[in-house]
Amino acid sequence: MMPADSQRAESTRGRLRIYLGYSPGVGKTFQMLRDAQDALRNGEDLVIGYFETHERQDTLAFAEGLEIIPRRQITYRDRAFEEMDTEAILRRKPQLCMVDEFAHTNVPGAERLKRWEDVQVLLEAGINVWTTLNVQHIESLNDVVQGITDVRVRETVPDWVVKQASEIQLVDVTPEALLNRLRRGAVYTGELAQKAVESFFRESNLRALRELAMREAAHEVEMRQHESQREESSTKIIAAEPAAGSAPDGQERILLLVSADPSAAMLVRRARRVADYLHCDCLALFVHHEKDFSELDAKEREEIERHLNFARNLRIEARILHGENVAQTVVEFARRNQVTQIFLSRGILPARSSPMGGKLIRNVIRLAHDMQIIVVASRRADRPEGTTHGRTESQPTA
Amino acid sequence: MLDEARRRKERGEDVIVAACQAGALAEVRTFLDQLETIPTLRTSLGEGLHMDAILRRKPQVCVIDPLAHNNPRGFQNAKRWEDIEQLLQNGISVLTAVNLLHIEELRERVEAITGKHTRESIPREFLARADEIVVVDAPTRVAMEHRDAAVAESASTRESRLTELREMALVLAAEVVDRQLERYLGTHGIAQTRAAQERILVCITPRSNGEAMIASGKRNQERFHGEFHVLYVRQSRVSAAERKRIKHFLDLAKEAGAQVQILEADDSVAAILEFARRMRITQIFVGHSRRGDWLSRLWRNPLDRLLRDAETMDLRIFPQ
Repeated sequence: MMPADSQRAESTRGRLRIYLGYSPGVGKTFQMLRDAQDALRNGEDLVIGYFETHERQDTLAFAEGLEIIPRRQITYRDRAFEEMDTEAILRRKPQLCMVDEFAHTNVPGAERLKRWEDVQVLLEAGINVWTTLNVQHIESLNDVVQGITDVRVRETVPDWVVKQASEIQLVDVTPEALLNRLRRGAVYTGELAQKAVESFFRESNLRALRELAMREAAHEVEMRQHESQREESSTKIIAAEPAAGSAPDGQERILLLVSADPSAAMLVRRARRVADYLHCDCLALFVHHEKDFSELDAKEREEIERHLNFARNLRIEARILHGENVAQTVVEFARRNQVTQIFLSRGILPARSSPMGGKLIRNVIRLAHDMQIIVVASRRADRPEGTTHGRTESQPTA
Repeated sequence: MLDEARRRKERGEDVIVAACQAGALAEVRTFLDQLETIPTLRTSLGEGLHMDAILRRKPQVCVIDPLAHNNPRGFQNAKRWEDIEQLLQNGISVLTAVNLLHIEELRERVEAITGKHTRESIPREFLARADEIVVVDAPTRVAMEHRDAAVAESASTRESRLTELREMALVLAAEVVDRQLERYLGTHGIAQTRAAQERILVCITPRSNGEAMIASGKRNQERFHGEFHVLYVRQSRVSAAERKRIKHFLDLAKEAGAQVQILEADDSVAAILEFARRMRITQIFVGHSRRGDWLSRLWRNPLDRLLRDAETMDLRIFPQ
């Protein structure tokens, strides 16, 4: 969110707090409810909008005395599902609402696709929200998480939604303690518990995810600091770091080149992430040399639209341009827009091994001699990716 | 920390308290009163752990708060962390807590932020050796409620100060956890290719724009709180001027805090790739010239090879 927006909205919009963890079972819900009990004692008007007990007794005990808004029933394919009753919460209009499992995907038939979208509605109504999230559900970390765990997490939250939170709190526990909880059946019961320990919850995974969560928390904290300092010093001149040959801090600008190749999703996520870390803008571009975009093959067009929309979902401005010479069009656009770094993917043209793919990268490098060119990491194309609305559950969420 | 002590007690472990903060909250007091306590030894100069009594009693778990403490003269060890090492060697587990400002290596930075000087410190290495580390985090605004009345400052200054400390604590914990992870992967023979941490490798050649590459590498390292390596694969037929340039780059790299590595190899691309895989690098920085450099002379070969074989890494290409 732009600083101006956040200031304007400050007075009416609710504040969002995220309890960030690295795995189900680290104690996010528990911590949230404990804080809720404190808030209740301080006289705050609060309700539980949605929470998942997973039949955990210690968690249940902490919900005692808190008002719970009943869930609403939704029937889908002859089965009954329960979702948060956002409209009921709006009618009740508390000061503060607890909403567990921020990354949850609603069942078809609910007003909104994602729980984080329900939370937006609550925030817009001026209700403060506390919610829980695991680091593997942050969109731009999706590839990193898959690299660590071999699991493609399907339920994700766009980074800008996380960035919106005014407070992030890391909930930490040692992997040893977490594995104990899992084995005791305090997180999942029975067979699911055993399966969990053997797959996603391998100790090496947990250790790496924990490090990722700590780094993410540090990054989120740092970004908020940077934003508030920028707001404070917007009238002053910020001293720029002198760095020969590269733009001073704050003046970097990233352009990413979208293609129909599935690797484009990874490219978008990576560029978004680097832009956030460097505190800089990010643009996306697709260049076609056919006269008209509609002349493209329907399948290809659909893929490109999907990738451009994916970029827009992550708040990256996306454009389509026509150009006889793709490399030249890209570099000229970059120069016109003061871009300092161009992000490309290895799968930039249909056949990666074809000399054409290398040629485009090579031509961009040759022409953009005043910019850095980043060819982002990829994996062998082993599975389709880039869907953010997939309903497949690759891992148990909690 | 006390929650952990309580859980362990409930599980039937033999837990005692050997030191606790004087200014503890009432509820903390109530809890501590339920545990067996070995009071600290007091002398006219101050206090320290009653080591003999603890070692005689030999509990399974010992709660010691705070960790950063200087023992007065007359005690065996000058620092409390040395006492704790001794307890650990005697098979006693220790639960303890430390504030960021007491980490020796970070003291200067923390003091610059807080303006407060502390004499009690522990080496970072001690923390890195801990079997377990847990971050106690809270949103900055919550932490602000625990005011330090002695310091007069505006709310925004205080918030920004606390935020900065919070970020440092999180990064420090992440680094400790990273070392534990490396140890774990090592002892269990697990190859995990993707790391949670960014590791940047800048490859310099005599003709590369080394200054820009190293500056950019450093900035990326700082932003990502990552690792920073600079590699030079020695080339044959290097002129005196080029040798001087390389020396200059390597000096810059050291100044920037990079881990510098010089390798001898006939095939520099293979050497870069081998090094990058071994160090679990996530971003490789290479230079590229429109004329004359090894990369462009053998264009088809080296860059294509890097593009193909360093597939799990970002390749950042610098004009020169």
